[in-house]
Amino acid sequence: MAGQTLYDKLWESHVVREDESGSTLIYIDRQLVHEVTSPQAFEGMRLSGRKAWRSGASLGVPDHNVPTIDRDKGIVDPVAKKQVDTLEQNCKDFGITEFLMGDPRQGIVHVIGPEQGITVPGITLVCGDSHTSTHGAFAALAFGIGTSEVEHVLSTQCLVQKKSKNLQVRVDGALKPGVEAKDVALAIIGVIGTAGGTGYSIEFAGSAIESLSMEGRMSLCNLAIEAGARTGLVAVDDTTLEYVKNRPYGPTAEQWSQAESVWKTLHSDDDAVFDKVITLAAEGIEPQVTWGTSPEMVVPISGRVPNPADEADAVKSSGMARALEYMGLAANTPMTDIPVDVVFIGSCTNSRIEDMRAAATVAKGRKVSDKIKYAMVVPGSGLVKAQAEEEGLDKILIEAGFQWRDPGCSMCLAMNADKLLSQERCASTSNRNFEGRQGNGGRTHLVSPSIAAASAIAGVFATPESL
Amino acid sequence: MDAFTTLNGVVAPLDRSNVDTDAIIPKQFLKSIKRSGFGPNAFDEWRYLDTGEPDVDCSGRPLNPEFVLNQPRYQGASVLLTRKNFGCGSSREHAPWALLDYGFRCVISPSFADIFYNNCFKNGILPIIQPEAAVDRLFEQTFEAEGYALKIDLLKQSIILPDGESLSFEIDAFRKDALLKGLDEVGLTLQYASDIKAFEDKHRTAMPWVFSE
Ligand code: SF4
Repeated sequence: MAGQTLYDKLWESHVVREDESGSTLIYIDRQLVHEVTSPQAFEGMRLSGRKAWRSGASLGVPDHNVPTIDRDKGIVDPVAKKQVDTLEQNCKDFGITEFLMGDPRQGIVHVIGPEQGITVPGITLVCGDSHTSTHGAFAALAFGIGTSEVEHVLSTQCLVQKKSKNLQVRVDGALKPGVEAKDVALAIIGVIGTAGGTGYSIEFAGSAIESLSMEGRMSLCNLAIEAGARTGLVAVDDTTLEYVKNRPYGPTAEQWSQAESVWKTLHSDDDAVFDKVITLAAEGIEPQVTWGTSPEMVVPISGRVPNPADEADAVKSSGMARALEYMGLAANTPMTDIPVDVVFIGSCTNSRIEDMRAAATVAKGRKVSDKIKYAMVVPGSGLVKAQAEEEGLDKILIEAGFQWRDPGCSMCLAMNADKLLSQERCASTSNRNFEGRQGNGGRTHLVSPSIAAASAIAGVFATPESL
Repeated sequence: MDAFTTLNGVVAPLDRSNVDTDAIIPKQFLKSIKRSGFGPNAFDEWRYLDTGEPDVDCSGRPLNPEFVLNQPRYQGASVLLTRKNFGCGSSREHAPWALLDYGFRCVISPSFADIFYNNCFKNGILPIIQPEAAVDRLFEQTFEAEGYALKIDLLKQSIILPDGESLSFEIDAFRKDALLKGLDEVGLTLQYASDIKAFEDKHRTAMPWVFSE
């Protein structure tokens, strides 16, 4: 019998029961709950008179809607405030721990899970947010769910699921200097497309992946969903174990050796068979910039805006033309000639301490171009913010002309006050460049933190080396 | 959830691929804490010429005449025909809520994003996958004939065209059953409460740190 993939192992260790039809009840170890996708779930539980199956399995935190400035004034938007207050009431009523807005541990769900050791290898973890794939960096089976499923997990600690197929994406070799995990992820999406991973769980493997830090692996797995896969995984290695140690919600000192021995088995067996394997050479990956309205519309920063006329597939070609019109771009324009209006460094893709450091390294001793309307840096959690301030990164960034904000999703989805105006062009470290994602009519280009920071300095898309 | 057995409905053609959930229901409407009332804001940015805000009556807003769903011939449509990778992006269940509230009970596409596909079943919407060629043909026929309608029979897993031809589709047996009966999935799972408890006991020994509370 062939060996098992990492995904197979995680799946198997959580099967509660199986149906003849292949539908499986799987156990969910932990759930993160935020204000936007949970109110209707709690409401459903109230209506049916159900309690939380295991309230300690969930943690609540407001992140999507919270303001990133003037927190002491509370939430001004009454609709957003109601949602955040509703979360607080629901967590209280159902016995769920919540990190409130003023708590230093508050932050984006996908940043605080790993930070607190809620995310550890070998568990199943869900959240009503598609970027839950982030946590797969820890070899945890983590995926985004809808509100009905949030209710299902709260009420039963289980989900009815069908097993995905296995896709391995291998990146071997050494990444070139200046190429970050974000670039690797965008390059992969450029190759397989936004639906390339649909129906699959992706395992990222190969020497280039192994060389990434945990934060880099999180950025990579975060973007698995943009390739259509609900789950992205990386096997456990020493980097993983090192990161997980001594986190508040992780194993206790007495449990550590048992945990370690379980976690060390969390990799695909040598003879495991994947349904599909895709291979990329690390050396071939350059810093990436998206040019269109889907993450697969991406080119190296040294490239040009593509020409729809060169695309043979008619549906694709018209999609490209529509994207260019929305983005206000002409075919064949060099990416480094495109002027930028706004810079956003943040989101669950790139708001961890290494991202803050990358931005500060570029910003140090430089000034944000006067062509930039504003450039903002939004740390992913209160703890990231505090750490960055301890390292003096905030001063470097503020000195260079960046705004230094409080933690939250912010301009990633523009549910709070941080949003683009129509036709404003943004170099953004977030994960979605869909029409209107960062504000009605706003134009988003996805980039790494270094490229975002360099573009803020140059006023056009730029690499740090070109400054 | 309403059961889904058969549907005889006018088809609306949304000739785009990669329609994401932000497009189906823009984020400003996610601030609601209810499940209903999203219909008037379905496809808001494409559908209206002004910018939609929550809690604003949509009946007086200027419609975008270019947007296909605004054409008189597609009013009352309950079947949405669209291109590949429909429902990609955010996991928001507000997307199927908005489609349902608008009046759609069935979406036909060559492919769906996984989370959206799942979310449809929880809300009594039937997502049907058809090969690209079949979808092409349905588009052609929809554009050609005003009032073009399809009959969907979930039990038989077939789409019946106006000329009597039928196309079959695949669906997972569990989902089909739940949809046909309009079952409450939480209730179904709780029938297995003792299995869940037994699993938890075993799991607690294998991974005690998961139960740190
Ligand atoms: S930062 Fe963006 S993608 Fe991440 S959880 Fe928040 S809204 Fe979702």
